[in-house]
Amino acid sequence: MRMLSELEDGEGMDSVLRTLARDLDVLLGGDRVITDPVRLRTYECDGLTNHRATPGIVVLPDSAEQVAGVVRECVRAGVPYVARGSGTGLSGGALPRTDGVLIVTSRMRRILEIDIPNQRAVVEPGVINLDVTRAVRADGYYFAPDPSSQQICSVGGNVAENSGGAHCLKYGFTAHHVLACEVVTPDGEIVELAADGPGYDLLGVFVGAEGTLGITTKITVRLTRVPQTVQTLLAAFESIEAGGRAVSAIIGAGVVPAAIEMMDALSIEAAEAAVNCAYPPGAGAVLIVELDGPEPEVAAQFADVERLCRDAGAFEIRIAADDAERALIWKGRKSAFAAVGRISPAYIVQDGVIPRTALPQVLARIDALSAESGVRVANVFHAGDGNLHPLVLFDDAEPGAAERAEEVSGAILDLCIEHGGSITGEHGVGVDKARYMPRMFTEADLDTMQMVRCGFDPGGLCNPGKVFPTPRLCGEVPGVRKGPHPFEGKADLF
Amino acid sequence: MSGHDDLPKLLGDCVHCGFCLPTCPTYVLWGEEMDSPRGRIHLMQQHAEGAPMSAPMVKHFDACLGCMACVTACPSGVQYDRLIEMTRAQVEDEHPRPLRDRAVREAIFRLFPYRRRLRALRGPLRAYQRTGLDRLVRRTGVLERVSPSLAAMERLAPPLGRAPRLPERVAARGERRATVAMLTGCVQGEFFPEVNAATARVLALEGCDVLIPKGQGCCGALSVHSGRAEEGRAFARRTIEAFESADVVVVNAAGCGSAMKEYRTLLADDPSWARRAGAVSGKTRDLAEFLLELGPRAARRPLPVTVAYHDACHLSHAQGVRAQPRALLSGIPELTVREVADPDICCGSAGTYNVLNPGTAAELGDRKAGNVAATGAELLVAANPGCTMQIATALRRRGTPIAVAHTAEVLDASLRGLGPDALLGRAW
Ligand SMILES: Cc1cc2nc3c(=O)[nH]c(=O)nc-3n(C[C@H](O)[C@H](O)[C@H](O)COP(=O)(O)OP(=O)(O)OC[C@H]3O[C@@H](n4cnc5c(N)ncnc54)[C@H](O)[C@@H]3O)c2cc1C
Ligand code: SF4
Ligand code: SF4
Repeated sequence: MRMLSELEDGEGMDSVLRTLARDLDVLLGGDRVITDPVRLRTYECDGLTNHRATPGIVVLPDSAEQVAGVVRECVRAGVPYVARGSGTGLSGGALPRTDGVLIVTSRMRRILEIDIPNQRAVVEPGVINLDVTRAVRADGYYFAPDPSSQQICSVGGNVAENSGGAHCLKYGFTAHHVLACEVVTPDGEIVELAADGPGYDLLGVFVGAEGTLGITTKITVRLTRVPQTVQTLLAAFESIEAGGRAVSAIIGAGVVPAAIEMMDALSIEAAEAAVNCAYPPGAGAVLIVELDGPEPEVAAQFADVERLCRDAGAFEIRIAADDAERALIWKGRKSAFAAVGRISPAYIVQDGVIPRTALPQVLARIDALSAESGVRVANVFHAGDGNLHPLVLFDDAEPGAAERAEEVSGAILDLCIEHGGSITGEHGVGVDKARYMPRMFTEADLDTMQMVRCGFDPGGLCNPGKVFPTPRLCGEVPGVRKGPHPFEGKADLF
Repeated sequence: MSGHDDLPKLLGDCVHCGFCLPTCPTYVLWGEEMDSPRGRIHLMQQHAEGAPMSAPMVKHFDACLGCMACVTACPSGVQYDRLIEMTRAQVEDEHPRPLRDRAVREAIFRLFPYRRRLRALRGPLRAYQRTGLDRLVRRTGVLERVSPSLAAMERLAPPLGRAPRLPERVAARGERRATVAMLTGCVQGEFFPEVNAATARVLALEGCDVLIPKGQGCCGALSVHSGRAEEGRAFARRTIEAFESADVVVVNAAGCGSAMKEYRTLLADDPSWARRAGAVSGKTRDLAEFLLELGPRAARRPLPVTVAYHDACHLSHAQGVRAQPRALLSGIPELTVREVADPDICCGSAGTYNVLNPGTAAELGDRKAGNVAATGAELLVAANPGCTMQIATALRRRGTPIAVAHTAEVLDASLRGLGPDALLGRAW
């Protein structure tokens, strides 16, 4: 391996960090500690670029022992730390601390064990989601959680965010596919949390905790059998409402599709510009429905789905004849977020949940919001479970535009809550949505959650400032809070 | 490459999604943000916002292979090719390099683009190989100590035979279907003359009159891709003059083909050349692309070999030519094409990269060699002389030498009914 540098001189660092950097360099050696300001800045944000903070130090450990060592050094120095996988998070969960250490798992990317008879694999946290599937596909298995970012997001990040994808409707989120995690606890111990066995389900608490309860260094995942058949269709509708009717009809008929996804005209336009997916021209909405399972069952249900789509007003239906055509249908959907970059200089990817039946009302209200404010909103949804991904477009060069977009984006979340939904389906709360938590939860709810967190991390050094709107010092009487928010004046918003 | 005014806009296209990371060879090797496309774009942004072109920055830009895998992977349409070209030019302007680096760079740019100079080198190099001195030098490691770059150049030199000279015109066999002009390239022309000969024969056998303009020199690819834009533009103008009268320009070296297709942007700001550059770019075709558009006419004779086809970055990522060479090869009776794992990841050759960054290049070469060897193929086929040299060297290093050929040579062997030994007898 190439030597990046000896420890860079770390000009302008405060003395605590400077000492810590030396200690970490001794601990990790080689090229695993970054202190050069130019290099550090490349880690200033994750997939959500409107929150930025240059980390004090970045480390690139390559073993659990090294991660534990780093955590212990941080605890000793009283310095906060944040874990980062591939940095694709969309809620600022991996936003670094200027006064802390960013622990990046991108070099911990070995697949340690593949156990086909028991349908499991053991991987390091930096392993890319899709690489798990690639490693076992020849044996007829795959790793079911399929976020659109699966070509690059890490399994560790999936665990932290409890990520999902188009196929969650039938197969569940990451939580349903993780059997055990080796975790470096906030006091630097290496422990194993497993799904089986008696006692509290600590693994259940850990998955989805957004890196606030420790850092996972080894993950045992469940492998799912590749279904016997897969059938995919793309149906084009004149309007979102018509598409919504089809979704309700399909679910109402008792069909559990592997996936049922909808895109509106604006997001189709973006995907078209990016990947030439050649969706039917003139569609106000397209619906992608995928069924998988045993051949006869799929065949029977697929005919129903096709009919229900036509009944709801589909003016064109395309059925993928083979994997290549299926990939083309999915390509437009999977690239939709990033593709919006083609039609707008900047945008916010929102993530909210509503009861499926509220879809038409909520969409009408989003349209109204958009019309009132002049802010364009493109919509992509996991329609089966009511998970919306409105993409709020703006021009970051135009003064005030970002703020307006932020306002519309927040109002959409209010709509979700108002309809009995949630402020996030799969992207997490992170730093971005912490301020919306009180709209969904009472103070008592939040305090209870914080007590759980204190149980794991009494020192409050493990990814602090995320998930909760106001930090709580452990040992504090519930309800009373002191001190400024740790991000106050540190991270720049926009 | 129109001015630097586009820079903020081009940088702004990046939405920081990270989709480009897994195909970036340096990210695959080192797993760090600064050596990923997303990180490099971030560094460019920092520079655009006023951060000086510091040594760490330059290091990460220099480490970029320019393979353009990130352009293929990016759903947001980021034109990384243009970004890195502008950035490399800025590096050359703003960053004083250490004397030794400068010397090696100068040597490369005074040698490679000039056929006459390369030709002058052929004689001594052939003698050097014939006497066995090459093996001796390699064993002593003396070049490694003097300069790793020099050592890399030495290792990469292909075994040289006699260079056949091509005439200025090769007439079509049978009824003429097209008239094409052919670029012979500098490295291709001097070190792999058989490839050019095979290209001309295949074109003629398929019914093309092949013109080989005399005035042609270097197309400028090496210069443009290394931040020496002015030098590159000068080469481009000469090449345009040599080729603008042709109907079609057929290029058999991936790097040269992609450079010629980019003349349009390279000279967009030059009023007296923009139109002419655009016209030449518009009629430039990679050999495989052209042959497939033309359609097969000459009879293919069986060639029972198993081939591993390697995607040269400047063919697949820069020109989007992936299916055509595979289709041409599969069209040969009894020939089997095997796919190499991780086809998107660069082999480390990347123009002058393997000479300037021998360590990294060797690591990537070893990975590629492993994947090629795993196919069990007898013959490695690629459409770029740099890739061929690079992978063959890595395969030799790991003790599994393989025969190599250009797509044109395989077709030539089939059209002329030469049989597999013509290709397989040439293991490195
Ligand atoms: C274009 C695009 C499309 C996306 N599509 C989807 C989608 O369909 N579904 C979906 O759910 N998400 C999606 N995402 C969001 C994101 O990809 C997921 O949240 C992903 O799981 C994050 O993985 P990562 O490796 O990038 O994590 P990072 O962004 O690096 O980190 C995310 C969080 O995980 C924590 N973390 C990282 N590694 C560890 C570890 N080893 N131990 C403990 N905590 C850790 C971090 O502290 C942070 O809080 C998308 C993102 C993009 C950019
Ligand atoms: S051109 Fe190749 S090496 Fe350079 S950033 Fe893109 S993928 Fe990486
Ligand atoms: S894929 Fe494109 S938009 Fe995404 S980070 Fe890479 S260059 Fe930027």
